[in-house]
Amino acid sequence: MTDTQTELVKIGTVNERTLADRERELPPPHRREVVFGVSDLAVAYGTNVALKNVSLDVYRNFVTAFIGPSGCGKSTFIRCFNRMNDLIPAASVKGTILYHGQDLYGSEVDPVEVRKRIGMVFQKPNPFPKSIYENVAFGPRVLDMKGNMDELVEQALQQAALWDEVKDRLKGSALSLSGGQQQRLCIARCLAVEPDVILMDEPASALDPISTTAIEDLMHELKKNYTIVIVTHNMQQAARVADMTAFFSVEVAEQGKDRTGVLIEYDTTPKIFTKPSDQRTEDYVTGRFG
Amino acid sequence: MATHDSAVRPQPLIRLRADRRRWGEDVIKVVLGLCALVSVATTVGIVVALLQPSIEFFRAVSIVDFFSGTTWAPLFTPSSFGVLPLIVGTLSVTAWACLVCMPFGLGAAIYLSEYARPRVRAILKPALELLAGIPTVVFGFFALTFFTPLLRDIGIEVGTFNVLSAGLVMGVMLIPTVASISEDAMVAVPQDLRDGAYGLGASRLQVSTRIVVPAAVSGIVASFVLAISRAIGETMIVLIAAGTLPQLTLDPRETSETMTAFIAATGIGDVATGSIEYKTIFAVGLTLFCFTLVMNVFAIRLVRKYREIYE
Amino acid sequence: MSANAGLGGAVLGSRSRGERVRGGAFRALLLFSITIGFVLLGTLLFDVLRKGLPYVDGILLTEPPSASPDRAGARPAILGTIYLMGLLLLMTVPLGVGTAIYLEEYANRERWYNRVLEVNIQNLSAVPSIVYGILGLAFLVRGLGLGRVLLAGAMILTLLVLPTVIVAGREAIRAVPDSIRQGAYALGATKWQVVWRQVLPAAIPGIATGSILALARAVGETAPLLLVGALTYVATDPSILGSFTALPVQIFQWIARPQDEFRLLAAGAIIVLLAILLVMNSFAIWLRYRYQKRW
Repeated sequence: MTDTQTELVKIGTVNERTLADRERELPPPHRREVVFGVSDLAVAYGTNVALKNVSLDVYRNFVTAFIGPSGCGKSTFIRCFNRMNDLIPAASVKGTILYHGQDLYGSEVDPVEVRKRIGMVFQKPNPFPKSIYENVAFGPRVLDMKGNMDELVEQALQQAALWDEVKDRLKGSALSLSGGQQQRLCIARCLAVEPDVILMDEPASALDPISTTAIEDLMHELKKNYTIVIVTHNMQQAARVADMTAFFSVEVAEQGKDRTGVLIEYDTTPKIFTKPSDQRTEDYVTGRFG
Repeated sequence: MATHDSAVRPQPLIRLRADRRRWGEDVIKVVLGLCALVSVATTVGIVVALLQPSIEFFRAVSIVDFFSGTTWAPLFTPSSFGVLPLIVGTLSVTAWACLVCMPFGLGAAIYLSEYARPRVRAILKPALELLAGIPTVVFGFFALTFFTPLLRDIGIEVGTFNVLSAGLVMGVMLIPTVASISEDAMVAVPQDLRDGAYGLGASRLQVSTRIVVPAAVSGIVASFVLAISRAIGETMIVLIAAGTLPQLTLDPRETSETMTAFIAATGIGDVATGSIEYKTIFAVGLTLFCFTLVMNVFAIRLVRKYREIYE
Repeated sequence: MSANAGLGGAVLGSRSRGERVRGGAFRALLLFSITIGFVLLGTLLFDVLRKGLPYVDGILLTEPPSASPDRAGARPAILGTIYLMGLLLLMTVPLGVGTAIYLEEYANRERWYNRVLEVNIQNLSAVPSIVYGILGLAFLVRGLGLGRVLLAGAMILTLLVLPTVIVAGREAIRAVPDSIRQGAYALGATKWQVVWRQVLPAAIPGIATGSILALARAVGETAPLLLVGALTYVATDPSILGSFTALPVQIFQWIARPQDEFRLLAAGAIIVLLAILLVMNSFAIWLRYRYQKRW
């Protein structure tokens, strides 16, 4: 065991045996299907470059985690995958993201179509001020999805492990749910449009530990049918749920003012946490900084 | 392991192009933009409506005569188009109104901002707004039928229609305008400034007058300018209580006609379109508009300035 | 100590008698400032009620005006005001809310024409109401040849209160948290779907409150209507394309009559007008509290 492994085991957050098992469970590289191919991506807000030189592949039915200290551009990065950065006028994206081989930022690509297939769950649960039913039904309605709405809603709530708790009060206000329930509602809402990928930007950071565990268990279930990408500032969480982990950090320009996020290392989770190649990664995961 | 086998769910056909161009979205944007254009059209309309007849008017009447003549008798023969009596009438009423609304509006603002407890303030501030919600025709009625006799009762020999009554009542009507904007400006002054002074042992009077008011001065001046603008543009109170006899006088006990009252009185009557009398409505209206435009631009600049300082 | 000299040299613990007197007098002056408005308001209401209450009866509400004060009523005026308000609501709300949506959701702030638009709306809200009357006279009555009709009056009042409705609409839309929009966009909704299905429904209480308050202001407007042809003697019920009058105009006409009794009748009509305003404002305030959203 390396020093890192000792550290993590001492903290008691990661079971060394589980890490090794999970390493074996992953399909070998040649059998992984690429969902997103990112090449040399850079994002700037006006003149401020938030993220640069990012290249990695996201694999199908994997949970991929982006970790790193605050300000390293992880949220900016994840929002590139569903073109939510389009909503910010000052944002500009350079480089390429291929989605199943198609350029996500191609001139003919409609962001609305992108977001139909790539859903997002936000850090702070943001249910609409409507009933639980209407929240889940909103997506299918605006996308003109065919089928029995009641069934769609029930299916989505089942997948989000929320059905049993709300089936008797579907017409009740979504705002009357607890934080953890609201977040699962947001996940159900996202699932109702039958996406291909689910992006989660710090989905549990605003929740209590029990709700957090519920969300993490949900991720294990969901990845059977969906591809999941999550941003988390909690590296133990990444160690628990993620198959692949990308570590980002901040580079400060010589003049000291410009802070730009860069990708330091991207590999399977067990490797990142027990045998990281980069010293900076090791410093971060052992808690020496960040 | 089964968890990572692909094709547990059939892969949807990936087509990132929209099925058809979302032209509905474009139509909506145009419709909404047209709504917004209505406000632009209003301004353009006002300018054109005022300018065109005025230009024709000033071909018949020289501008110099207009602004320097001291008799306003457009419907008489021989007619006289000196607008000074109307301007003096307007400014005279405005001056009396300011005499009331500026000190008392500022006083009310200081009270609300520096002296009143939060609960008292929460009641008083909206209550003061009630005054602002009363229609001006009601104030006109009050000035004519209650206030003028009252003035006579306390010994001031005013005519049935007089500037003083209209001006003073208008002043009280404008107190909420001055108070509300001044109070906003004062509340925006950071508490640190007050704390520093209180810490040195200053009294509330001193802090209010020497620290807060100077710090909020641009907002306060903005409120004054806005009140002046409103006073200049106000019609019903002066129409009812000040009268429609243009006189070049500074004696507030006499009747007088303001620009607004003239426009209203002429508009009510049946003037032939295109006649010189008809055009006087627009010439005076243009003069009025210029007065208020200058005041408004000034006031808006001031408000922006004080907002910038503290935001 | 000279450090305190600028503040009157306050001494710890004791305040000079002169200072206390000054402080007290100042406070009294301030209290007077704030009460003078209420005193006037109270006097006004008392005077109006005293003069007019005896005249608020069936005749006032249901009879048309007449040369004799005994039989004069304000029926055409009341109906005229109601019709005006109805038309106003139909015209102002879509235009005002549409403009508000455009400015808040669609307009790019960087573009010069959008900034001009905003400044323009700010300026319009400070234009004297009689200038709107002049606008109506020039374009609608004479220019378009509509004549002195109810519709012209409603259109001019629409333009008059439009800035108020726009501002209220913008505030209501701005109050909707951005997280709601983000959630809706993330599901694949188009911009209009987000606005129509999420933002507007959440903003309706604020828009409704603002619209009613704007309407309440319009109810009392007299000057523009005078110019646009609200005739001061109308004995028939109003119609959209016919001659019309409104309550404040009727009040003005009765005040202008030489007979004293008409002044008392005017007071009665004022009571009716104030009652209408009271109902409208109370409704708006009730709406605001009933639908106050806690995000």
